[in-house]
Amino acid sequence: MTVRGKAHIAGVYEHPLREIPDKTVPQIHAEVAIGALADAGLTLDDVDAYYSAGDAPGFGGLSMADYLGLNCRHIDDTETGGSSYLVHVQHAAAAIAAGHVDVALITLAGKPRTGGARPGGSGRVSSAPESAFETQWGLGVISGYAMAAMRHMHEFGTTSEQLAEIKVAASTHAQHNPNAFLRDVVTVEEVVGSRMISDPLHLLDSCVITDGGGALVVVSEAVANTLDRHTVPVLGTGFGFKGTNSGRVDLTYTGARISGPAAFAEAGVTPDDIDYASIYDSFTITVLMTLEDLGFCEKGKGGEFVLDGALQAPHGRLPFNTDGGGLCNNHPANRGGMTKVIEAVRQLRGEAHAPVQVPDCEIALAHGTGGSLATRMGSATLILGRD
Amino acid sequence: MSELPTYPPEVTPETQPFWDATAQGRIDLAVCDSCGFIPYYPRSICPDCQGTDMTWTTMSGNGTVYSFSVTRSGGGRAWREQLPFVLAYVQLDEGPIMLTNIVDCDPDTVTIGMAVTAVFDDTGEGTALVRFTPTS
Repeated sequence: MTVRGKAHIAGVYEHPLREIPDKTVPQIHAEVAIGALADAGLTLDDVDAYYSAGDAPGFGGLSMADYLGLNCRHIDDTETGGSSYLVHVQHAAAAIAAGHVDVALITLAGKPRTGGARPGGSGRVSSAPESAFETQWGLGVISGYAMAAMRHMHEFGTTSEQLAEIKVAASTHAQHNPNAFLRDVVTVEEVVGSRMISDPLHLLDSCVITDGGGALVVVSEAVANTLDRHTVPVLGTGFGFKGTNSGRVDLTYTGARISGPAAFAEAGVTPDDIDYASIYDSFTITVLMTLEDLGFCEKGKGGEFVLDGALQAPHGRLPFNTDGGGLCNNHPANRGGMTKVIEAVRQLRGEAHAPVQVPDCEIALAHGTGGSLATRMGSATLILGRD
Repeated sequence: MSELPTYPPEVTPETQPFWDATAQGRIDLAVCDSCGFIPYYPRSICPDCQGTDMTWTTMSGNGTVYSFSVTRSGGGRAWREQLPFVLAYVQLDEGPIMLTNIVDCDPDTVTIGMAVTAVFDDTGEGTALVRFTPTS
């Protein structure tokens, strides 16, 4: 069975705020849910499947479905960190293809900026088997990614200046997004001159920390045909787990090496066919390694690939993250997967900000990275089309 | 003993022999009797062959730096007082790669491939944290 074309993304919504001190996390979930449903021309009454991840409070899907007053016949709380929401699209598409679901709602919300939550947690890690062998040594989110960057530099000669090009491209896009948390265009010199946090990653190699949220509505073809809105068919989906391999750690590649080929095969397209790519950008190194692993360039050549404005819309070789991405726009709840899907849908509908709208955008890719880069991660890839 | 925060780990029946050995200045890992694989972190079932006969075996304590990062900002309060510190993956001569710290050296002299030797920081509760220092 394939999901190709059987499920459509009919509604998307990104919360416009980046600091939300006066609302609760469930309230933000509800606001984005209603926003995405309204975008599709639907209401909470139409929803028969609900998807949430570790950011959903309490009992997760059960607490939130109850709060939202849903009548669900399908709930899925799959938690793979920041990539969860792309995995939810894959699961929703499969459930729709199987005939179990007609209208699936996926929500994300959190308040790490004003609510005190620290990056990186799923809230479920306290008794993890790896805890005693990792946390005692001062491992942080950024230092784990930094070690992958250090190894990449060692093996392939990647430079800080090359990583900085990724931030420069994101900032070039963010200037056109009035809601972006950081709207100033930065230079390579400013990135490599910013404060070193964990060698070789600087402050400006890192994503923003923002409150906020987002939601997606995935529907069956039959429902899509009843809507006035342009819907976006899900052409291909893939997931890849990549771990420490029981102590045979290899920091040079990600789970995208598994999720990418699966998604391309299901969609029947190749990297050359992609007009726009949303690439998870918790840190600059996340983007660079993902581009390699998805096959946009050879392994080890990511540093060269991103030069000369290759990632800059509208005319770069592979325009990416035209909302400004997690690096500049928004990384709500410390989870960037939701906004990756939302911006890909905007591009396919022709609704990106005008200066960064990719002309004739017909096939887009969205990629999510969850967990810790190369060592305990869930990678998810979606290929989306145009109606 | 390094200056880094040295909190006692959560010890479980599955990992007790590893932690007992650290208190005596050894790295003991569970080696699979069936296929010889040494998983890290240690566990009671071999993830390669599903063997359940694992023998605790003392490692040499020598290895090389696979990757590292000098943390210069952030972290919990106790760690902030010790900035900059070196987080690293060290590959033991026997194969497994461990997350650890490189201590007792200038952080800016650490390199990938550097030879290192285990040192043991006592937690005061019958366990020690395995860290590494450049091999002299």
